[in-house]
Amino acid sequence: MTAADLLHTAISFDAFSSLGVWINIGIIAGIFTIFALGLQLNVGFTGIFNFGQAGFMAIGAYTMAIFVTKTAPSIGLDPDSFLTLMLGLLAGILLAMVFGLIVGMPSLRLRADYLAIATIAAAEAIRLTTVNAQDLTEGPQGIFGFLTGFDPIEDGIESAVETIGWTDPESTFPLFLVVWVVALTLTFVLWRLQKTPWGRVLRAVREDEDAARALGKNAFSYKLQSLVVAAGIGALAGFFLAINLQFINPDSFLPQFTFIGFACMILGGLGNYWGVALGAIIFQSVFEGMRFLDDIGISETQLSALRFIVLGIVLIALMAFRPQGILGKREEMVLGE
Amino acid sequence: MLIFEGGLPDGGVAIAGLLVSTVVAIAVLSQIQGRAPAIAGVILVYLFCVLIAYNGLQAVAERGFIGLSTGSVFALGAVGLTLVYGILKLVNFAHGDLLTFGAYAAYVAYVFWSLPFVIAVAFAMALTALLGIGLEKGMWAPMRRRGAGLLQFILMSIGLAFVIRYGIQFFYSTDLRSYGLNRSGSVGFLEDWFGITLGTTQGIVLVGGLIVLVLTGLMLRYTLLGKRMRALSDDLDLAETAGIDTTRVITWTWVLAGSMAGLAGVAAGAITQLQPELGFELLLPIFAAVVLGGIGNAFGALAGGLMLGLVIEWSTLFVASGFKNAIGFLVLIAVLVIRPQGIFGRERSI
Repeated sequence: MTAADLLHTAISFDAFSSLGVWINIGIIAGIFTIFALGLQLNVGFTGIFNFGQAGFMAIGAYTMAIFVTKTAPSIGLDPDSFLTLMLGLLAGILLAMVFGLIVGMPSLRLRADYLAIATIAAAEAIRLTTVNAQDLTEGPQGIFGFLTGFDPIEDGIESAVETIGWTDPESTFPLFLVVWVVALTLTFVLWRLQKTPWGRVLRAVREDEDAARALGKNAFSYKLQSLVVAAGIGALAGFFLAINLQFINPDSFLPQFTFIGFACMILGGLGNYWGVALGAIIFQSVFEGMRFLDDIGISETQLSALRFIVLGIVLIALMAFRPQGILGKREEMVLGE
Repeated sequence: MLIFEGGLPDGGVAIAGLLVSTVVAIAVLSQIQGRAPAIAGVILVYLFCVLIAYNGLQAVAERGFIGLSTGSVFALGAVGLTLVYGILKLVNFAHGDLLTFGAYAAYVAYVFWSLPFVIAVAFAMALTALLGIGLEKGMWAPMRRRGAGLLQFILMSIGLAFVIRYGIQFFYSTDLRSYGLNRSGSVGFLEDWFGITLGTTQGIVLVGGLIVLVLTGLMLRYTLLGKRMRALSDDLDLAETAGIDTTRVITWTWVLAGSMAGLAGVAAGAITQLQPELGFELLLPIFAAVVLGGIGNAFGALAGGLMLGLVIEWSTLFVASGFKNAIGFLVLIAVLVIRPQGIFGRERSI
């Protein structure tokens, strides 16, 4: 049974015993782990309220897709090769980091609440550009056909899995494996980075910017570095989102996605890198799992509404009762002033 | 230049150049203290003249009226947001969805219950005000008592925004709905005397919105309640020490913010169509109006909303209209960067 069949399965709870469904949920949880690791670096460890992560994700995904489908053929690269896909990913990450610089330079000097508004506005300006700059982005129709470069990886993993005895593995398993290897590696790298002098300065900036400055640290520069790195991480998440969806359009980058990332991050624990994966798995099991509940007598629109109502309630309840999440420590928390 | 429909119009490059120079001029001039409102006015007039030179008076005036009518919707939303922001220091990302709530409340009363439209509007305003008070008593006041931080308040308001927006989607689906008002006519005297077409609904929203806004502004300026609100906005604890019943003033703030949000929602629904994203799409322009006007300043929000409406509509004279909201966001970012205290704000509020 393919994933497409599953989406049309009328009887609900059967879906939850299917491995394919859980692998799909796992892929999304992995993508949001990567996405929210960037948020964790900004919000949890530097104390800057980046509400525009979906915008950086959009830049990563769109740059890759445009590079592979449009730029590569015109400069003589094979759009179907793995190398081109990787160059597209690299271009996406770099461009997102440049945007991080452009957004951060003026706005990181602002008060926290203004920064939140400025970053969400920047992300929306990016998304509206993808809607309207149709020559480049194909507008609401979206971009297809950048996926072939990923095939060698999928085939390689599939045959490796078959040799160790899993006959006929799920077709989505290779992506699942790649996403989680990247997510956990990134978690480890960030966790190690936090223990370096660089990481400690970030935390000092979060705790008391003036004190960090008094010790001769350029707080603004550290905040900018944090945002730029997070923007690159957001682009990486956008790359995997594009691979998983097999096409991208502006609706994949609504501001909602930033807040799904916030829900994952805070559920796991603010100021805890390993919590991000935990939060993403728990949250996405519920949030994506709800897609498969379709014999409860409500329409598809209502079901999709219900999922976002759950997102809202999770955010409200966390903020009201456990703002530090599952693994976070209350004394580690600096939730604004 | 893919943002221009069908290539650059004649003089398009010149317009782009002028706009860039205008932005630079704003950046430089805005550093001069105390003259920001005058400078903003001069810039707007300058922009107006440039636009007339390239597009002709009629097109600019026509767009201008539409801009003022969307601007008065922004302003109606912005007054409530700015008061709540100024007095309670609450950055309410759910404010846009209060507009949607009001718009649908009026829809239910007018279309389902067949009440007269005026009554439906009053009903929407009252119900949205009640929702505002309910949320204050049930959520915001308890959170303030616990000493919650900024991030907690912001994320909580975003969670609330999802609950309201998708609650509406749950019950009324994503179908576009309309009040079914007669929108075909245009304002007669503008058409006859100047050859300018302005839809009747837009005309009513413009005039009605301005009257309500000016009355609210005067009320805040000259009544005891308005003075108390400003006292709370300056220093809540001090106001309490001075014997002001802060709980009561806060309740009245929500009455005002909620009813204005409800009215703004109905106005937005009347000039466009109703859908669950209605208010959220207005939220960032409303924030922009609040920031432009200086947080906590009701007259500032009025002026900020109108200015933003003008800028957004005028931008469609030379950029594809799909970009107009993106331009609104760029104005917001530009203002935050260049003059975060807003045109009418004071330096110390940053």
